[in-house]
This record gives sequence, C-alpha cells and structure tokens, in this order.
Amino acid sequence: MDIIIASFLEDSIVPKFNYWIYVILMMIGLYAMITKNNLIKKLIGMAIFQTAIILLYVSVGVKADANIPIISHHGEKDHVEHAQNENLDSASEASSHHGSKKEHHVIDKNKFANPLPHVLMLTAIVVGVSTLGLALAISQKVHGSFGTLEEDEILDQLRPGGYD
Amino acid sequence: MADLESSLIPFFAWLVSLVAVPAIILLGRKPDAREGVTFFAAIVKFSLVLLMLPLIREGKILYFSFGEIIEGIPIEFRVDGLGILFAIVASSLWILTSLYALGYMRSLKEHDQTRFFACFALSLSATIGVAFAGNLLTLYIFYEILSLSTYPLVTHHGDKEARSGGRTYLSHLLGTSVAFVLPAMIYCYWKKGGDINFTDGSLLTTNIDSGAGLILLLAFTFGFAKNGLMPFHSWLPNAMVAPTPVSALLHAVAVVKVGVFCVIRVFTGVFGIDLLRDLNVAVVVSWIAAFTVITSSLIALTQDNLKRRLAFSTIGQLSYIILGVSLLTSLGVTGSILHVAMHAFGKITLFFCAGAIYVTMHKKYVSELVGIGRKMPITMTAFAIGSLSVIGLPFTGGLVSKWYLVMGTVDLGADGTVDSGKIALLVIFLVSSILNACYFLPIVYRAFFCRPEESLYEGGRQEAPLACLIPLCITALLSVISFFNPSLFIELAGLIIK
Amino acid sequence: MTDHLPILLLLSPLFGALVCVLFGKGNSKNAWIVSMISLGISSILSVFLLLKVLSIKAGDIRYRMGGWDPSSGYEVGIELRIDILAALIVLAVTLVGFINTIYSKTRVPAEVGEKGPFFYALIQLLIVGLCGIIMTNDAFNLYVLIEITSLTSYALIAMGNRRAALSSFNYVIMGTIGASFYLLGVGYLYIKTGTLNIDDIHTYLENENLWTSQSIIVAFILIMLGVWTKMALFPLHGWLPNAYSYAPSMTGTFMAPLMTKVMVYVMIRVMLWLFGADFVYSEDSVWSELIVWMSVVAIVAGSFLALARNDIKKMLTYLIIAEVGYMVGGAWLNSLTGQAGAFYHILSDAAMTFCLFIAASIVIIRTGESRLNAFDGLFRKMPLTMIGFTIGGLSMIGLPPTCGFFSKWYLISGGIESGHWEFVVALLFSSLINAVIFFKIFERAYFGKIKGIKEEVSVADIDMIPAEGIKSVPASMLIPLFISALSVLILGIMNKNLFSWISNALKMING
Repeated sequence: MDIIIASFLEDSIVPKFNYWIYVILMMIGLYAMITKNNLIKKLIGMAIFQTAIILLYVSVGVKADANIPIISHHGEKDHVEHAQNENLDSASEASSHHGSKKEHHVIDKNKFANPLPHVLMLTAIVVGVSTLGLALAISQKVHGSFGTLEEDEILDQLRPGGYD
Repeated sequence: MADLESSLIPFFAWLVSLVAVPAIILLGRKPDAREGVTFFAAIVKFSLVLLMLPLIREGKILYFSFGEIIEGIPIEFRVDGLGILFAIVASSLWILTSLYALGYMRSLKEHDQTRFFACFALSLSATIGVAFAGNLLTLYIFYEILSLSTYPLVTHHGDKEARSGGRTYLSHLLGTSVAFVLPAMIYCYWKKGGDINFTDGSLLTTNIDSGAGLILLLAFTFGFAKNGLMPFHSWLPNAMVAPTPVSALLHAVAVVKVGVFCVIRVFTGVFGIDLLRDLNVAVVVSWIAAFTVITSSLIALTQDNLKRRLAFSTIGQLSYIILGVSLLTSLGVTGSILHVAMHAFGKITLFFCAGAIYVTMHKKYVSELVGIGRKMPITMTAFAIGSLSVIGLPFTGGLVSKWYLVMGTVDLGADGTVDSGKIALLVIFLVSSILNACYFLPIVYRAFFCRPEESLYEGGRQEAPLACLIPLCITALLSVISFFNPSLFIELAGLIIK
Repeated sequence: MTDHLPILLLLSPLFGALVCVLFGKGNSKNAWIVSMISLGISSILSVFLLLKVLSIKAGDIRYRMGGWDPSSGYEVGIELRIDILAALIVLAVTLVGFINTIYSKTRVPAEVGEKGPFFYALIQLLIVGLCGIIMTNDAFNLYVLIEITSLTSYALIAMGNRRAALSSFNYVIMGTIGASFYLLGVGYLYIKTGTLNIDDIHTYLENENLWTSQSIIVAFILIMLGVWTKMALFPLHGWLPNAYSYAPSMTGTFMAPLMTKVMVYVMIRVMLWLFGADFVYSEDSVWSELIVWMSVVAIVAGSFLALARNDIKKMLTYLIIAEVGYMVGGAWLNSLTGQAGAFYHILSDAAMTFCLFIAASIVIIRTGESRLNAFDGLFRKMPLTMIGFTIGGLSMIGLPPTCGFFSKWYLISGGIESGHWEFVVALLFSSLINAVIFFKIFERAYFGKIKGIKEEVSVADIDMIPAEGIKSVPASMLIPLFISALSVLILGIMNKNLFSWISNALKMING
C-alpha cells in the first residue's frame, strides 16, 4: 500500500505538481462561482479561477536552472542592429540567433525561462482585472437597486413582480 | 419529349393578377373602379391563358424562367397540357366568381371588401403559379403563397369561429407542407443530384427501393394537404366559415384542386407512372383515397349545414381524383385530370347556389330548404344540375370523368398494373355514387316536390341579385356543355399520358 | 492603402470610441454623429474588403500586425487572416452596427440619458472586438478579443433596467467561465505545439501526428466548452434570455443578431482550421454523433421554451437558442452542405434576428407592454412595423423566398446527405413550433382589439387606418427595420451566389 502511494506520488504528483495545484485552485474557484450565494464571494471565486489559469501558463514557462529572460548585456548598439535585422523576432530565439551569427555573446536559451507565457499572462491579468472591476461595478449597481448582494434575497424581491 | 419554347405569355398570365393587387388596394375607396380592375385582370388573364392553348395543343411546352435560385433549380414556369387545363378552369371561373362576389359582398354589405378582392387576386396568381410550375420548388413556393394569401379570406369575418377556422386551416396546410413536402423535396433533390424539374419520365431513377419510394410518395400525398385526403382533411370543413365566393372559387376549385394537381404532378412528373408501376406502392394511396371517399360521403350525409355538406362532398370528390391517378392506368389518370375540370364546374355551381340562398333568404341549413324550389326556381334548377354532375349522372360533365375513372379501374391488370382489389374498388365507386345521390337528391326533391303545407316559404318568386344569378347559370350550363363536348379536356389530358 | 484595409477597418471604430469618451461630454447627439461616421467608414471598408477577397481567386488576405515577418517558418506576430467567410461576417457585423446606430438615435437619450457617449463608445469597441475575433489568426489574440467583446457587452447590458444589472452579473460569471475554458484549451495547445498561430498549430499537429494525444483531445473539449458557453448552446444558455431582454433596446437589437453568431463562426474556425476536419469528424471519436444530438436537444428545447414564453423579447431570445442549435448541428454534420448551410444560417439568422428584435423593440416601446398582448390589433395600428415583423417571422418559420427557407433547405440537405435524420426532424419540428408562435402573434395583430379604440373601426372598409392616439414611429427606427427586412429577402434571393462562395471557401479547407 505504501509503495502504491509512494509510486503515485513519484509518478503523478511530484512531476506534475504545478498541474495539480492549478486544477485544485480552479476547482475551488469554480465551486465558489457556482454555489456561493453572495455576489462578492462569487467574484472572489472568479478571481481564484482566473489566477489558476495564469499559474498554469506561467508554470509551463519554467525551466530547470533557468533565469528570468532579461538579457542585460544586450547593449544599445545591438538594439539598433536588432531593429534593422528584420528576421529577429521573439526575444529568446532572436538573441540566440543573433549571438551565434555575430559571435557576440552565445546565449543559451536553456538558461532563460520561456518569456512568451509571461507576456500572454500579462494580458490575461489585465483582462482579469478589468473583468473583476466591471463585475464589482455591476454588483454595486445591483446593490443600489436591490439593497442586498445575497442572490436569494434578490430573487425573493423579484418573484412577486417578475415573470419568467 | 415535347418541344420546349421560351415564352413570356405564362409570365404575363401569372403577373396580371399580381399587378391587380396594388391597384385594388389603391382604389380601395372607389368600389366600382376597384371591381373594374378585378374584372379587367380576370379577363386579361383568361385571354392570355387561351392564347397559349393552341400552342400547347400542338404539343409544345412553353417555359419561362426567373433564373436559378438554388444551384440547379430555377424558379420557372413550364406550361403543359395539365397545367393549361387547370389554368383554364381557374381563370375562367375567376371571372364568374368576381361577378358573383360583387353581388354577394355588396348585398350583404360585407366589411373590408378591398382586402377581400386584393387577397382574391393574389391567391389567383398563386394558383396560376402552381399550375404553370416547372419544378418542385416553384410548385412549393406558390403552394405556400396560396396558403398564406387565402388565410385572410377564410378568416374574413374575424369572429371567434373564423379565427379558429383559420387556425385549423393554416396549421393543417402549412404544417403538412413543411413537415412532409419540404424534406421529401430535398430528398428528391439530393437523390437526383441537383435537379427537380418535372419530366415526362421519372425524376427519380431506379436508385430507389420500394420502402423509400412508399415513404416519399406518402410524404408528398399527405404533404399537399390541400387535396383533403384523410386524416388531414379537417381544414376544409372549417374553412367554410369564409364568405361563399371564397368557398366557391377557392375551396371548390382553386385551393383544393391545387392539392390534387400537386398530387397528379408528383405521380406523373416526379415519380413517373412507369416507375410507380415497378415499385408497386401506389396501391396504398389508392386505399387511403378509397377510404376517404366512403367516409367523407357518410359524414356528408349527417351534415345539416349546407356548406359543410358540400365541403365533405368535395373531400370525397377530391379523393376520386387521387384514386384515379393512383390506379396508374392511362384511363384512370385521364379520368382524374378530367375530374379536376368537371368537378370544378359542378361544385362551384353548388356553392354559388348555397351563397345565393344565403344572400336572398339567409338560410344555411339543409333542413330549412324545404319548398325553396318554388321561391327560387332558377337557383334550385342550377343546384339540381350541379348535383347531377357531382353524382355523375347523364347530361352533365361529371358522368364523363366518372366513366373514365371506372373504366380505368376496369383496366387494372392491363398494361403492367396489378389488379388486386379491382372488384372492391368498383364496388366503392358504386357505393359512393349512391351515397352522393343520397346526400344531394333529397335536397333537390324536397325543394321542389314538397307538399304545400310542408313548405317553409310562401309568396312569389324571389331570386338572388342578378350578379349572383348569372354566374351560377353559366357554370350550370358549363357542366352540361362539358358533357356533350369534353374533347378539349380529353385532348389536354392526353398530352400528359403518352 | 488597400493592403491596410483590415487594420483600418478595426481602427476606425476604435478611434471613434476614444473620441466619444474624450469629447462626448454627456452629449449623445455628437457621439451619435461620431459613431455614424466611424461605423460608416468600417462598413464601406468591409465592402471593399469583401470585393478584394472575391477578386482573389481561391485565397485569403493575410495581414501581419506590425509587419512581423516569420523567421523560422512560424508566425511570431499577430496575424489577421480574411477569407470570403470572414469578409462576409465582418460585413454583416459592421452593417448591423451601422444600421443599429441609426436605430439608436432617439433611443439612447431616452434609455441611457447622459451616458450616451459611453454607450456609443462601448458599441464601437464591441464592433472592434467582433471584427477582430473574425479576422484574427492567433489563438491567444482570439481570447483577448473575446474578452473585449464580453466586457463591453457586460457593460452595455448593465445599462438597462433594474433587472439588467443582475442579468449582466450572471453573464459575467458564465462568460468568464467560458472564456477561461477557452484560454485553458489554448494553453494546452501551446504547451504541445509552442505556437499560437492557428495555421501553425494545425501544421504542427499534422506534422507530428498528435491527433491521438490526450492533451490535444482535452484542449479540443475545453475550447468547445468555452465557445459553447459563449454562444449559449443549450444547456449552457442560462445567461442569455435575461441578459438580452432586460438590456436597453438598442443593446438587444445589436447583440442578439451578432454575439452568438460570431461565436458560432469561432467554433467553425476552431473545428476546421485549428483542428481540421479529419480530427473533428474522425470515426472513432465519440463526440461527432453526440454533438449532433446535443444540437437536436437544443433545437427542440429552445423551441419549446420559446413557445411557453409570454414575453416578446424572452420568446425571441429562446428562439435564438434554438437557432444556435441549427448552426452547431449543421457544422457538426460532417457534410459540406451542412457546414455551408450552418455558415449561411449565420448570415440569415443575423438578418432575421435583427429584423425581429427591431420590430419587437418598436412594438414594446410604442405600446408600453412587453407581453404578447402588445400585438393586439397592430396590423391596423402600426402596419409598417408589422410588415417588418411579419417578414422576420416568416423567415423564422422558413417560408420562401425569405432567407430562413434557404438556410433550412441547405441544413436539411446536409442532414439527409450525412444520414442524420434526427437533425432533419428537429429542424422541421422547430419550423412547426415557430409557425405556431408567429401565427399566434399574427392572429393577435390581425384580429385583436386595439386598446382604447372602438371595435367599429374595421367596418369602415378602409383597410389600414391609422387609429387615433397612436404615436407615429420615428423614421430613425423604421428605416433600420426596413433595411433589415429587405436584407432578409435579399439574402434569400441571393442565396445561390452566397452559398457557392461559402462552399468554395469551405472546400479549400476540407481538402
């Protein structure tokens, strides 16, 4: 029995730790969004839910023993060249390409974490924040017209007049 | 294959009543000018149809195309013998009905006459569209337009009865056509690989087995529910809430005949008689039609409302037509096509008479007609002639078509058809003719030959207004003429069956 | 200049939105003019775009944002990609936006008051988002654009009455779940392939033969779930009816025809371009059959729910849910006719929903009644509006020559071709239910008593008498109604051309 648990830990949990965390967080968020009665609690669930996805993305950019993808010695002169050379594109690929060509600095791309997921998640965070902000504004409006943020109380108020 | 000839005449014949619609609406406040437009359009339409007649008799097929609408399917007219025969019947009777409607509507001071005449013209365009339709899609489109354009006519009175009648009317006609005809049509289109023009032979080639063939045939036959086949017949009696001219032209001639016309087209143009003989499935339709003939005649016997009695009689007569074509013998099909015309003349006379009685005496029940023959002798004489024609007795056109139908049944077993149930079908013809006599002749008999003290009417003669009386005399006369000279109709029918 | 058509088309409403917010100053009249101009420009540009795409035989326009050229054979920047299908839908979006702006002229001051400029800014942003969704060829960019449209539409809906805020809140929750599922799916694809460009992902999956990979299958399912939530496929439809019916009328008239339809387009894009027909319709996948059945359930349930409603807009929103079932089913039929039919239905459904929503909004505004009895006697009272409503209704039922008939024709053909008879039956069934729904309304409108007016009006033998005391409908509301009603007919009559364009474009991707 112990062996089974141990091998399970070794095969499934440890190497895929990030996935487990994101799935658990996501489920917590989803649960809160669907079952909570209070609109603000729903929004907290939503924030957790979105954060879980951000975690997934960011965690797949990680490489063992890699640094953050900021190339400090990429001087001003290089930038000019960089702009002129139209073939140079994404940061990591471009610099390695560039490096090998000019024998300037050989950049090992394994030493840097993949920056693209970070870039993507920057956008996703912006989206998430604006969604949250908008949703809070809407809940304020709901509070203004119903005087409560509890879903069941709102529905109670709607029942006599509402038809649907 | 007959000669195809491109021609604008079918288009104009169709267009003229359509153009009349806005004219009628615009002249809404001037009733005389408005009815003038109706007459003008009716006469022009009839002349245009007659103009095509000699060409069709030479064996040509006139066609006019509006252009392709779906890949491989144009909206187009193809005028052949069957189409022109139906067009002649419908357009000639439109003139008479217009006159009749004028007398009827004005005598009763009906409301919304503009709407009435406008919808009437529109439905005539749709009818002609069906008659000339060159493929299934065109047929379907005009069939639906006819259903919609007659709805305001059926519900003309706008009361609760009219509304429920209208609801039954539309739900039956639209429901069946959408649920059955549309998929059947698309199936044909797919099976045929993108072409659903009516042809001399078979639209569906041999790549169909009898199971699918039967389902397809039934989908078409029930789908065109304007043919009044049971169990989708109940729209017709309910539509009798309409003013009598509507019942007369539409529910004795245009609408119901469109239904059977579509069925004849399906049998001859979509399946082709030869294919149906091979598949051996039409016999199912024969028996449904035979059942409808007997059942509707029995129901007609019990109806006291004259128009409802006529409606059930119509259901029975329509099933004769379907029965005839489903026999698949050439005489049977000829009989069916003839019956389209003969029954039209007879039944419209009867409806005109019912309307005339209502206009003059405000009676609409059979039990109230005892002794009316002395009060309205001309009307009731016409009624008698109409009855004879519908029953199929001598000196009226009804006999001719019924003769062909019976001969077609006798022919079963010859030229490749199966003779199963031949005797039974003959017995059904006999029984139903007797039933027809049972529900019509007593009306005539009691109208003329009741004892004076039984008569519900006293005083001198009092006929309907002349505008009502003339059309019914003419249609009665047509019934008689078509007995003595049916050759034109037989010739046109012959163009279909080669 | 013509090379930059796609981006100019997006920029025009984007700047319009900025101008509205910065210089609107609570004056919705100026904002109206600005958005008329910006959307007018986009509409014209999208016409040019369509003409340009049509002039290219068998191909598509590609536009690299910022001029990032591919270095190693893979796209690195965001790419816009416009083929005939995209151009058609972009045209539909911009035109609906433009026409809807005409409609909103008198409604914005009446319904949102001094927030008018913000309304116009949001509507224009929404159009930017929708056009972007249609044109983008980048899976992550697609997510961002989906969120842009969602965010603007949450705000637009929340501008409505007391209940709108709550409906909008529910929409936020459902919409976020949907978009996040989509994002997750894209994440899985990125992990597997290392690229975000839709064509590149497809090429990579093809080359590496990753079709049986579990991650890819999970990605596909996640993306589909996300997209279905956004398009309100039954049973994920809960947010839609309230959101659309409590929103301000000019929001409803804009969102109802477009939002779900654009998401259907996204679904077709993902199915055929991102994953490819072989994977999506593969024999051993369980989903192909299942999803057609799901769409059958959606059609039937949507129709029944619509039949049970007594509120005009609610009824129409449930009809949208049924129509979504049409398109999903059509796309999943595994027949070219079905796919093209689903695509044609996107256009025709947009036209007829637009028409019906405008007509219904006019009726509700003029009669002050949102239930079906608002229609009593309206054929006499508001004949022009009712003509528009009738055309839309007949198209919903599927009677020729409206576009609804032809889209049913193609969808049924597709169903017969691929042997999915259950789909054929569901379509016919929904036609019949629609017939019941609309003829019930027509009957009311035709016979019903006009409130406060004597019954005798009808005896006057003047058919269409404008009864006393009825305010006339302003031209700014009638013109959009006529244009939309006309487009229902034009789409129907032009169906042959449209269909052949669509099926040619689809043939290319289906191979």
